[in-house]
Amino acid sequence: MMSTARHSPLRSLAAHGILLGYTLIALFPVFVIVVNSFKNRRAIFADPLALPSAETFDLVGYKTVLAQGDFLQYFLNSMTVTVASLFFVLLFGAMAAFALSEYRFRGNLLMGLYLALGIMIPIRLGTVAILQLMVASGLVNTLTALILVYTAQGLPLAVFILSEFMRGVSADLKDAGRIDGLSEYRIFFRLVLPLVRPAMATVAVFTMIPIWNDLWFPLILAPSEATKTITLGSQVFIGQFVTNWNAVLAALGLAIVPVLVLYLIFSRQLIRGITAGAVK
Amino acid sequence: MGALTLTQVTKSFGRTDVIKGVDLHVDDGEFCVFVGPSGCGKSTLLRMIAGLEDVTSGDVAVDGTRINDLAPAKREIAMVFQSYALYPHLTVRDNMGLALKQAGVPKPQIAQATDRAGAMLALDALMERRPAELSGGQRQRVAIGRAIVRTPKLFLFDEPLSNLDAALRVQTRIEIAKLHRDLGATMIYVTHDQVEAMTLADKIVVLRAGRVEQVGRPMDLYNDPDNTFVAGFIGSPQMNFLKSGKLGLSSETLGIRPEHLSLDHGASMEPGRIPGRVSHVEKLGGETLVYVHTEDHGLLTVRLFGEQDYAVDEAVGMRLDPTRVFHFDAEGKRLR
Ligand SMILES: Nc1ncnc2c1ncn2[C@@H]1O[C@H](COP(=O)(O)OP(=O)(O)OP(=O)(O)O)[C@@H](O)[C@H]1O
Ligand SMILES: [Mg+2]
Repeated sequence: MMSTARHSPLRSLAAHGILLGYTLIALFPVFVIVVNSFKNRRAIFADPLALPSAETFDLVGYKTVLAQGDFLQYFLNSMTVTVASLFFVLLFGAMAAFALSEYRFRGNLLMGLYLALGIMIPIRLGTVAILQLMVASGLVNTLTALILVYTAQGLPLAVFILSEFMRGVSADLKDAGRIDGLSEYRIFFRLVLPLVRPAMATVAVFTMIPIWNDLWFPLILAPSEATKTITLGSQVFIGQFVTNWNAVLAALGLAIVPVLVLYLIFSRQLIRGITAGAVK
Repeated sequence: MGALTLTQVTKSFGRTDVIKGVDLHVDDGEFCVFVGPSGCGKSTLLRMIAGLEDVTSGDVAVDGTRINDLAPAKREIAMVFQSYALYPHLTVRDNMGLALKQAGVPKPQIAQATDRAGAMLALDALMERRPAELSGGQRQRVAIGRAIVRTPKLFLFDEPLSNLDAALRVQTRIEIAKLHRDLGATMIYVTHDQVEAMTLADKIVVLRAGRVEQVGRPMDLYNDPDNTFVAGFIGSPQMNFLKSGKLGLSSETLGIRPEHLSLDHGASMEPGRIPGRVSHVEKLGGETLVYVHTEDHGLLTVRLFGEQDYAVDEAVGMRLDPTRVFHFDAEGKRLR
């Protein structure tokens, strides 16, 4: 409240200018994709920045994508993999973080470091071993394979961020729960989790986007028609010699929608997470 | 029902020994206050009684039954925390009733118990609110209500008033004293505050670095301390410590409380008069505190009744009341 009084209009104008500029730059590629997905092929190349007019308006991209048949299936696959991985990352990440932050046991610090190591070592280095593992366990070309890999990929960051936040949850509150006879599970689910919800949302967003966008593991572990994800599915329109740009743009345009929805769900919490501590 | 006995209780965190062998008995219905400097282990001791910290060695017993290995919820204790520790997602009523609900008490009985506690603490109008919608004082009353509802054998308080402002602190202190009279329950109370300790306690336990220095009624500790630590810790402003040698006495240290020094103007040198210079004066209306710098003993505090006129830098002299002095040896032990 004090700070608003100090701010000169000039300064807040400048701040807004910078932020607006950044927003424009960040949104520009999205804008180009969406605009061009509604134009015919010639118009895309003639003037990529023009808005679709009566002459150039064309839904051929969307028609191709939807006619491709399995596109809905790809969508569902992506959605299943993302949501399931997200669920497991948040559940196991939060549980591990709780154990690390709450209990004193031998090797606590080492365990924490071990779990955080994954942040620095890309999981793709282990692709060959992972593939062998999946072949051996008969999980190739299943969504389970992807969910397992993405859960492993997301856990290090989740554990790292959440254990930091959980250390901040009042110890007295947990102790009060213990004295009142709550089980450790109730303390975790009913007292601690609601208080770290903003952190959970932050982790959710940072975990979700790389999973949704990933091309590598679907291509290697689950390239079959039934298990293709949307990112992999869109690749059929990109050929070595000819690329169906209408279809690619339409597919990308459609692919944005679900992440956008998930993001909107988490964003309220996310903003609270980022500003946590700023406002007491 | 709720006599507490600690026998040779110790606690170590890894290699650091925090509690180094505490023996203590608190009678049923007694109000026992733990005091001591920051970091001496008051909270740790309280948490061991509550079962929130494991006991490294020794026994904790309530009514003669060893409870070392009992879960906190099974010990029939209630604890009030400095930070209130109310459940943010529950209403005042549910906050107070949670323990009973967990214990499987039927709903009508829970409602009755919470209503009674609510009435006792003047929380009736707030029963359906959430903690975020309450003031600090109201939150602390809810925390106390949560403790009452369980009708525990032992009440444990860890600096419950230190987050309240001065006026509210006095008011809540009186409420706690009244509560103790009404319930007749055993209470153990940790505090930094001299006044809380002196006014509430039946028995004060002075702790230092994980050991009990002295246990006794407030006035016993005030008038009959066992060593320099207790003498200096109980009483505010602090007791003055003088070098006995400079006064021609055989003990190592001589202690005298600020109210037992008399002060007069002037720089005359008489036997038994300790000369000095006023370095600071605090007028509190009802009393005046004069800080006097002396050659031999450093800074001494004199507490005078009413409003008194002493100027900074003025030459003054002090006299001891010989019936009120304490003698201590080189280790700080009292010589009787
Ligand atoms: N979980 C822990 N791990 C290691 N050391 C601890 C732990 N908890 C407390 N200690 C140490 O034990 C000592 C006693 O702590 P405790 O909280 O009991 O002090 P206190 O007397 O309550 O102090 P205060 O008056 O400041 O609340 C301190 O030196 C503290 O550093
Ligand atoms: Mg403490």
